[in-house]
Amino acid sequence: MQALSELIDQAASEIDAASDLAALDAVRVSYLGKKGELTARLKSLGKLPADQRASVGQEINQAKQSVQALLNKQRESLENAALEAKLAADAVDVSLPGRGRSIGGRHPVSRAQSRIERIFSNAGFGVRSGPEIEDDFHNFTALNIPDNHPARASHDTFYFPGGKLLRTHTSPVQIRSIVKEGVPIRIIAPGRVYRCDSDQTHTPMFHQVEGLVIDENISFANLKAVLHQFVEAFFERKTELRFRPSYFPFTEPSAEVDIRWNEGKWLEILGCGMVHPNVLDSAGIDPEKYTGYAFGIGIERLAMLRYNVSDLRTFFENDLRFLQQFR
Amino acid sequence: MIISESWLREWVNPDLDTEALAHQLTMLGHEVKGIEYEGDSLADIVVAEVAEVAKHPDADKLSLCKVDDGSGTLVDVVCGAPNVVQGMKTPFAKPGVTLPNGMKLRKAKIRGIVSNGMLCSAVELGLGDESDGILELPHDTEAGSRLVDLLALPDAKIDLDLTPNRGDCFSILGIARDVSALTGVTLKDAAVAAVKASASDEQAVDLVNPAACPRFAGRVIKGIDTQAKSPLWLTERLRRVGLRAISPVVDITNYVMLELGQPLHAYDFGRLTGAIRPRLAEQGETLTLLDEKQLELNADTLVITDDSGPIGLAGIMGGLSTAVTDATTDVFFEAAFWPQDFMAGRARSYGMHTDASLRFERGVDPTGQARAVERATQLLLEIAGGSAGPLTDKKVQKHLPENKIIVLRRDRLSCLLGVTIDDDEVQNILLSLSMTVESSAEGWNVLAPPHRFDIAIEADLIEEVARIHGYDSIPESTAYAQAPLQTVTETEVDFERVANTLVARDYQEVITYSFIDAVANEDFTGASSELVLSNPISSEMSVMRASLWPGMVSAASANHSRQQDRVRLFEISKSFHGTLDEHTEVVRIAGLVSGPLRPEQWASSSENADFFDIKADVEAILGLAIRDEKIEFSALEHPALQPGQSAQIVRGGEVIGVVGKLHPRIAKAYDLKRAVYLFELDAVKSLRTSVPSARTISKFPAIRRDIAVIVDDAISAEQIVGVVAASSPDLIQAVRIFDIYKGDGIEVGRKSVAIGLILQETSRTLTDDDADVAMAAAVKILEDQFAAVLRD
Repeated sequence: MQALSELIDQAASEIDAASDLAALDAVRVSYLGKKGELTARLKSLGKLPADQRASVGQEINQAKQSVQALLNKQRESLENAALEAKLAADAVDVSLPGRGRSIGGRHPVSRAQSRIERIFSNAGFGVRSGPEIEDDFHNFTALNIPDNHPARASHDTFYFPGGKLLRTHTSPVQIRSIVKEGVPIRIIAPGRVYRCDSDQTHTPMFHQVEGLVIDENISFANLKAVLHQFVEAFFERKTELRFRPSYFPFTEPSAEVDIRWNEGKWLEILGCGMVHPNVLDSAGIDPEKYTGYAFGIGIERLAMLRYNVSDLRTFFENDLRFLQQFR
Repeated sequence: MIISESWLREWVNPDLDTEALAHQLTMLGHEVKGIEYEGDSLADIVVAEVAEVAKHPDADKLSLCKVDDGSGTLVDVVCGAPNVVQGMKTPFAKPGVTLPNGMKLRKAKIRGIVSNGMLCSAVELGLGDESDGILELPHDTEAGSRLVDLLALPDAKIDLDLTPNRGDCFSILGIARDVSALTGVTLKDAAVAAVKASASDEQAVDLVNPAACPRFAGRVIKGIDTQAKSPLWLTERLRRVGLRAISPVVDITNYVMLELGQPLHAYDFGRLTGAIRPRLAEQGETLTLLDEKQLELNADTLVITDDSGPIGLAGIMGGLSTAVTDATTDVFFEAAFWPQDFMAGRARSYGMHTDASLRFERGVDPTGQARAVERATQLLLEIAGGSAGPLTDKKVQKHLPENKIIVLRRDRLSCLLGVTIDDDEVQNILLSLSMTVESSAEGWNVLAPPHRFDIAIEADLIEEVARIHGYDSIPESTAYAQAPLQTVTETEVDFERVANTLVARDYQEVITYSFIDAVANEDFTGASSELVLSNPISSEMSVMRASLWPGMVSAASANHSRQQDRVRLFEISKSFHGTLDEHTEVVRIAGLVSGPLRPEQWASSSENADFFDIKADVEAILGLAIRDEKIEFSALEHPALQPGQSAQIVRGGEVIGVVGKLHPRIAKAYDLKRAVYLFELDAVKSLRTSVPSARTISKFPAIRRDIAVIVDDAISAEQIVGVVAASSPDLIQAVRIFDIYKGDGIEVGRKSVAIGLILQETSRTLTDDDADVAMAAAVKILEDQFAAVLRD
């Protein structure tokens, strides 16, 4: 009968030669299965003299454990190899694009408007809106622009029969908000406005954001500060501002604000001023007690500068190739 | 308004170059829109006299000239101008000179004849946009003198954007006053010496409506030389600000208006009959204007009349019947004060806009009429001779505007500006603006000069102080109102979140016009709009939209034609409804989907988006606001949508939106070849929500049971889910339809619906028996209500 050590060696070489799990299992069966060599030897222990049984039995069991350990090791190795082979087969081209929909985008004017709202909201301004079909009172009269005022001619107003009109600026929201909320007040009002003018630099519809702050002791110096901070917040860079005397019937003093842009050029971006006492009066606020400032910013103008858009009209052509640049 | 720098400097001459002067004007509130330089490179152009003119032997249109350029020898020059004649004085450029257009002159042979330079036209010298030949200079000009000296060149034309409140600045005098105030440089004395009358002729003027015409100055000048021409200095100044020279009389009225700001009119004195009476027109009265246009007058319009009826549209344009002509020898100058209230909007109402109406609408100095007449008289006598009658100056003082004393409080000034300005500086600023100033305990009592009729209240004075002090010199100081913190509501979903959701679902935002074509509006809404603009840009932009769809479908169509097959758009904006008396503006969220659901790619099929894709997007938006509440999608007939593929969306019995497939008929009209799906939601109604309130999550396992029932096609999924959910409301957590089957094994007109039920209790683990009971109840109610048959 073969020595146990030889048997183990033989098993070891067969295990080593087993190249897949089925072959390995066959080896296991031939040694450790019901009819396996080592099982048979264990069964034949009874034929041995009683005093040898314990020691031989122990040797056989040790041999079984050795073979089992070798089997386990080989199994693990074969399983690893199989897994690796499977994983290799599952490899994908990671450079291929992902599946499913892509992502859309905001309109650049909305994008700019949304940033303006966020900047002022952070400073505690409420965001308000008002009607776009307005009456003469809110769009003109209450803003100190009486009938036949020359400023009316420059507004290129769209009218409806009977005198209603499309608001020419967001300033009517000033009046509506003061009347509704009273003072102190600190708001902005973004939205669509309309002028009967259409050429290279004008579209009949565009967007403005109105700002209004009224309280005791609000000054022109405060207005200068808030606008300077706003411009720098919007453009995310130090920017030089120039306040230039101008005229709006609803503010006094009034100013137009230029920013120094590339190559030192001054570009006009907004109009502003201290709320005219007549406007406060017509909204039921005592102009002796309260002062305030107001400003009106053209959103398209800011969006053009911020996003390097050279032609205003492209904002309203809705060409996807243009719009998709502003995701 | 365009002004000539050299003309301005005649009135006030600060030590500033043109750019710096322009900057000062801008910082005064008179924004400089542009500067055009003239005569910069004309230093070497001299005046030449044409001594001889002969025909060129080989060219009909060329002349051979001998010209005297002051050098003592005659120079041979070939000239192509048709107007060259012997004895004429004209600008001459010698070889070596470079003209403003970049042309460098050389001695050259023209058709075989040597030309030693060129006689120049206004265009060639950069002094005009058109010319009929070489520039003709006055006969008394000396040959050899420099053209720039003759024409007061170089000069700059400064284009100013004047604000409507500063009517006083529509003149050289007005601008000069402001420059003087800012720079401290003395202003030329604006007073005009009275011209002594040398004739006795006077035109009668009767102020019959003194409220409408409180002041009327005039003067008769008789016997002027009809051959006289306006001198070069005058026509040059007019030209530089954009006016053509016509005749001495007309040129002088224009010149004085530009210089002093008071418009004038000149009548042919011989054609006036009786007294001049300014009054309001009678409705329907007619008047033929200088430009031969015939007007039918409105009763709100001021006219000047004589015994023949209306002879002029006051402050706008004179009439034809009394106009001066080439033969006029006797002139009557008019300088009147027409109050702003009577002028505003009148020119516009006749479709007119003149230099005079522009000034009267913005206001003129109520004390400047006599001065303007004196100035015009002085100039006319100088240029065309004649003898002047006495000055007429009719006025009714109580109807003339008068400035009142305004109190300027020191405290108010610093409160409004946020800076304290020294008393001395404030006082000096006010004085520099020709105000009368008297100090008081609280500040100053101020009287503005008559030409500053815009100064009416304290804030006007504060603005003036700030303007001259310099806006740049006011510091920045951060302060916001003491307004309380704003609430951030959770009872409506904000539009930003909706927009972000749509962007995440691959929609591109667009902005389309609020006004659209009336027919398109009707096609998409089934009703014609009552919100129709009186003065639209075009018929395609004439009514306020009642739906965002027409604009979006147009945008899709435009993109389609630019080879964009896959179009997914959204817009959040207003639609307009109702009548002009009572309209509503509703913010809507609208979407459009057309073409492949996904961009073309290797990993997924390229099927086109359909109803259920866009419905999922709608549900996603509604899902931002709506949690447990029931939303119904029910079939809808809609003018713009395909029947059978459109639904209205109902929340709590109220329609909140519509979703569906664009009717192929409309799609075809817009040249859209692929199916288009649309949705439109009322934003407020859709996004109303509640603050979430947490429920306990059951710790016990849920049981899922599936059944399939056969029902009529007409039974909607929503109906089935509704009754099943109601059959054991405490137990059934969710009902899901996971399959719909029609075809083999199911009779025509019926369908098999597979339903999954999720059952769960919060207090105990459910048993199979519990589930069986619930299932039986669900089946029973389906059988009872929809004649459903349970499938095996």
